[in-house]
Amino acid sequence: MTTRIDTRFAELQTQGRSAFVTYVMGGDPDMATSLDLIKALPKAGADIIELGMAFTDPMADGPAIQAAGLRALKAGMTLKKTLDLVRAFRKDDNATPIVLMGYYNPIYIYGVDRFLADAKTAGVDGLIIVDLPPEEDSELCIPAMKAGLNFIRLATPTTDDKRLPAVLANTSGFVYYVSITGITGSAAADSSAVGTAVARIKRHTPLPVCVGFGIRTPEAAQAIAERANGAVVGTALVDVLAKSLDAEGKATAKTVGAVVDLVASLAGGVRSARQAAE
Amino acid sequence: MNSRLNSFRSGPDERGHFGMFGGRFVAETLMPLILDLEKAYADAKNDPAFQREMAGYRKDYIGRPSPLYFAQRLTEHLGGAKVYLKREELNHTGSHKVNNVLGQILVARRMGKKRIIAETGAGQHGVATATLCARFGLDCVVYMGAVDVARQEPNVIRMEMLGAKVVPVQSGTRTLKDAMNEALRDWVTNVHDTFYCIGTVAGPHPYPMMVRDFQSVIGDETRQQMQEAEGRLPDSLIACIGGGSNAMGLFHPFLDDSSVEIFGVEAAGHGLDKLHAASLTGGRPGVLHGNRTYLLMNDDGQIQDAHSISAGLDYPGIGPEHSWLHETGRVKYLSATDEEALSAFQLLSRLEGIIPALESAHAIARVMDLAPQRPKNHLMVVNLSGRGDKDVPQVGDILKGRKKT
Ligand SMILES: Cc1ncc(COP(=O)(O)O)c(C=O)c1O
Repeated sequence: MTTRIDTRFAELQTQGRSAFVTYVMGGDPDMATSLDLIKALPKAGADIIELGMAFTDPMADGPAIQAAGLRALKAGMTLKKTLDLVRAFRKDDNATPIVLMGYYNPIYIYGVDRFLADAKTAGVDGLIIVDLPPEEDSELCIPAMKAGLNFIRLATPTTDDKRLPAVLANTSGFVYYVSITGITGSAAADSSAVGTAVARIKRHTPLPVCVGFGIRTPEAAQAIAERANGAVVGTALVDVLAKSLDAEGKATAKTVGAVVDLVASLAGGVRSARQAAE
Repeated sequence: MNSRLNSFRSGPDERGHFGMFGGRFVAETLMPLILDLEKAYADAKNDPAFQREMAGYRKDYIGRPSPLYFAQRLTEHLGGAKVYLKREELNHTGSHKVNNVLGQILVARRMGKKRIIAETGAGQHGVATATLCARFGLDCVVYMGAVDVARQEPNVIRMEMLGAKVVPVQSGTRTLKDAMNEALRDWVTNVHDTFYCIGTVAGPHPYPMMVRDFQSVIGDETRQQMQEAEGRLPDSLIACIGGGSNAMGLFHPFLDDSSVEIFGVEAAGHGLDKLHAASLTGGRPGVLHGNRTYLLMNDDGQIQDAHSISAGLDYPGIGPEHSWLHETGRVKYLSATDEEALSAFQLLSRLEGIIPALESAHAIARVMDLAPQRPKNHLMVVNLSGRGDKDVPQVGDILKGRKKT
């Protein structure tokens, strides 16, 4: 089976460049603004969209993404509405891959089989579930693969060579290397350490490796894009969105534009990178 | 499944499951360390030197065994079962929490960890952790919800006096659940040198099992002490439940004694139809903080605010082994409201000269209606998990407020 993710990485390889992966929280600060925003991301240069699934207790996220999730929940976001968002996006865009990122409990409560079926029909391509390590693969990873969705695993600096094969075993789409031990929004790792880590992972898998955590500037995005198959930016976008809101945390006329401008400048960084070492 | 089980004491399986509950639902960053911890704990458990070391500190530092005390005036007042109190409030630091902390700190030392983090609700686990870190010269950071920092101030002062850093947590509902989230975030960040000392029988495997093992000294002693006092097993056991560690410690050694009735008491807060913290009574199975267990949540799987007058019970989850014992029916789970706990708090203070922790007062509240329903030769043991000094300012304010109006 080939997903939109596989197709996108194949295209990028022929173009000789790395992917720019953007993370935003689904439904932040409200459904309508969020839909306008994700519709605008591909034109601004996003190659893959990660859409956060709001959760009350995001144990691996820093203050910015915690606040984004709470804004979305306060505006009435649910997992079902996150799928509605994807469905609405797919009306005009059948190429940009969408990866849902979040925590297991809302999916478990939705019902794993029903969720996978609904996600597939809505046009979701992959899942990143922070609190499902390989030890819990039978919960969602294996059923997701059977349903035709990529299950994208996080590898971290603590994932040593002994453990990497287990982490990579049921991973598909791409590998997401978290460049630091820490929560989202922490400081960046230096890019040479990232290069070494990516090379180490690539010795174990033919999958593309994308790197995230701590990338905020076009220069940093470029440096990562030169060493990996993709650069992921999340907190920086969420911060800009948050700054554009009014005193009550509601969207303003500037909200979508502020995020899109930053995406465009970061995309410029990724596109100016020399091709990642293969 | 129930009738074919030949023991209630054999869990968890090698993947940390008690039936469908438990597991290891954590970020990849933590997974290697959790596997290391599992190994380190298995080694320690089988090492006589570790057991000897722990026994030594239990006796001379904590002051164990804690007495099993016949509460004569409470018994006469209630007019039914003979009520015994397991006096965990007499332990050094004033609660059962220190039993677990001692074990974990000795394991952390074996693993060469120099920095200890903990979450705390009532502050008793934080105080116990700060105490043992002082004793062994370890760095200690305690996460505590900002709401709890305010309502359990005496314990905040104690922790700071012991050299710990107390971090008030402002995220979410600013109580125990959020303190646990923040501790997990610290752990993900500082995984290379940090040991997370979890305060109850929850979290990813092996914590629920390890904490239960360290707390089981409560039930083991009770068994022997009751044998000495009455020449037989108790007929019933009662304990309050936040995450469930004092309860599991008392219950576990008796789970296979089918003549022993076992009751856990959750916090019913303002009432089960209002804001409360009774996860088994009012929740359903879900995944949070590393394990699958009963949780308070809405239909979208978003965790709901818990409420209890007692900071130590103000948690929307419960240890996974309790979820399993609930579903198998071996343990009956009841609840007590804020008001009932307040009455029990005053009753025990006046009748026995023992001011209980508000947490423990929830167990006493159910003793107040269970004991009168039992015959006079019924032996009932209630776990007095902690002393109430930390609650005196809070309860004093509540009672003063009532006199005025
Ligand atoms: C005295 C006392 N009892 C009980 C509890 C509840 O915890 P657990 O259910 O793990 O025993 C606490 C927690 O802070 C406590 O301080």
